[in-house]
Amino acid sequence: MTTLSAPAGTRRRRAKASPGGAAGLWNATPLTKLILAVTIVISAFPLYYMIVIASRTNVEATDMPPPFLPGGNLGENVRRVLANPDAHYLTGLTNSLIIAATVTVSVVIISTFAGFAFARLKFRGGKVLLLLVLLTMMVPLQQMGIVPLYRLMVSLEWVGSIKAVILPYLLNGFGVFLMTQYTQQAVPNELVEAARVDGASTLRIWWNVVLPAVRPGMAVLGINTFMLIWNDFMWPLIVLTPDNPTVQVAINSLNAKYGTDYVLIFSGTLMSILPLIIVFIAFGRQIIGGLMEGAVKA
Amino acid sequence: MSLHVDAGQRTRAPMPPSRRHVRPGPGRSFLTWLDLKAAPYLLVSPYYILFLAFGLFPLGFTLYYSFFDYDLTGTVEWTGLGNYVAMLDDPAFWRAVVNTLAMFVIATVPQMLLALLLANALNRRMRGQLFVRLGVLLPLVTSVVAVAVVFTQLYGRDWGVVNWILSWFGIDPIDWKAERLPSWLAIATMVDWRWTGYNAIIFLAGMQTIPKDLYEAASIDGASRRRQFWQITVPMLRPTMIFVVLNSTIGGLTLFAEPTTFYNGNVHGGTTSQFQTVSMFIFEQGFREFDYGYASAAAWLLFLLILIGSAINFLLIRRIGGNK
Repeated sequence: MTTLSAPAGTRRRRAKASPGGAAGLWNATPLTKLILAVTIVISAFPLYYMIVIASRTNVEATDMPPPFLPGGNLGENVRRVLANPDAHYLTGLTNSLIIAATVTVSVVIISTFAGFAFARLKFRGGKVLLLLVLLTMMVPLQQMGIVPLYRLMVSLEWVGSIKAVILPYLLNGFGVFLMTQYTQQAVPNELVEAARVDGASTLRIWWNVVLPAVRPGMAVLGINTFMLIWNDFMWPLIVLTPDNPTVQVAINSLNAKYGTDYVLIFSGTLMSILPLIIVFIAFGRQIIGGLMEGAVKA
Repeated sequence: MSLHVDAGQRTRAPMPPSRRHVRPGPGRSFLTWLDLKAAPYLLVSPYYILFLAFGLFPLGFTLYYSFFDYDLTGTVEWTGLGNYVAMLDDPAFWRAVVNTLAMFVIATVPQMLLALLLANALNRRMRGQLFVRLGVLLPLVTSVVAVAVVFTQLYGRDWGVVNWILSWFGIDPIDWKAERLPSWLAIATMVDWRWTGYNAIIFLAGMQTIPKDLYEAASIDGASRRRQFWQITVPMLRPTMIFVVLNSTIGGLTLFAEPTTFYNGNVHGGTTSQFQTVSMFIFEQGFREFDYGYASAAAWLLFLLILIGSAINFLLIRRIGGNK
């Protein structure tokens, strides 16, 4: 945690001190404070409501007026989710963790490699290849390619296996773009040249010079990728079977088969966002810092 | 630990001496040449191998499939542009297009305005800045399916919180799933709840790059805060807005998880497909009817829709910015 938060903090301070920044030009008025308070309440309410319903019984959940305080039934509801024969919830949770972790690590490594090459190495065709990355970011590949991808998985006999989910996710143009930008900013050209003069090979420069410097960027990309993959729904729904799901597909099974068992569905949903809430609390500062930096550069 | 903490400064530190003795001798020239010329390609190759396998190959085959007629018995027949011609005549496809566009507009227009105002409110000196920003961004960490589950409950006909609140004003319970407009509104709020805070943070980043002297000069000239917002902040945000709007266009036109979950995980989008989006239509044709050709043609038409939508929005934002 400290290793990650410290560099981001440095960057934030630098950004604030930059001469052009209009941050904090005016003090917050009571009206702005009110707007922000209302926004935060609206942002938090559905999450809070998730806890309320997940800890009630179905009779209470369909009360009029609806309940607004948590009840004492959470443990029982969670047990029912885990024991549910149609959801395969624990399998889903494990699969989602494996998929998200594998994809995150791979995407970060692949993007750091490519980002280094595009930002600091000169090679024929580099500009064109980078442009191709940017173009593919505009194409909704997930929707565009689902039919052939599915047929590919059928012919590989991978349908129902998490391999079929992991591999297509590894293609991530945004990651290459982000790491190219980040390397350009964090790794001075002279440093690469100096290492070159000292006789370091390209791979060695990547390992000893680039990698330590771009670590904060890797963290941002990693967090983003993890959240993106954890939340994705359409492709796993197509290519996985209900008995070997991701956590989102497991919730979908609950939703489809037990549509009126609200407390069951809500308990499953609540558990599915816990890993994300943990990531958010642990890395909130990096998420915001990364978002804001990425936005200005894009 | 301390090594990691100052990653920022360490980039300027000299190379550790351990690497200095590795000098290229005369016999190493081929290896050096290989390292200089081939290494960049090796470094980018994993991405492009993945791109070929999971990007270009599916795109190309989607086009290829779209020229064939598949049916449930497994017969495959060349139809040329037949799928496209049939689709342009298919009310189900057009309904999905109208639903998608309507939900996109209902969701995006208020979302952009709210995000701008919210960003403006965030762009003030205040205590607990990080906490406030995290609070605004909280919806982003919620999975789309989770959001949709909660909102589906909130919009329930009989026991939903929204109808309960409306009942205070003497409004009869609304069956949010049954009709087109109510279902579009319900789904649009899910989208907005999730993305408004995110876009506000992006706008905030853009606002912080606007030079302060512009505001100071305007203040001296007697321009009000409101005027400064519309005549300095908004036009200067143009590049950020283009980024945000293009992102929202792609996301909005490929909407899938919210409306699917709203109908209990069914891609039909309501009894009469009143909130079926184009993405759901593709899913239904491809993986419920197993008409791969038709689904593929729909995918290409969706792409066309996104290109047109992006172009229109791009031109629109450019105009807003030019209107000083």
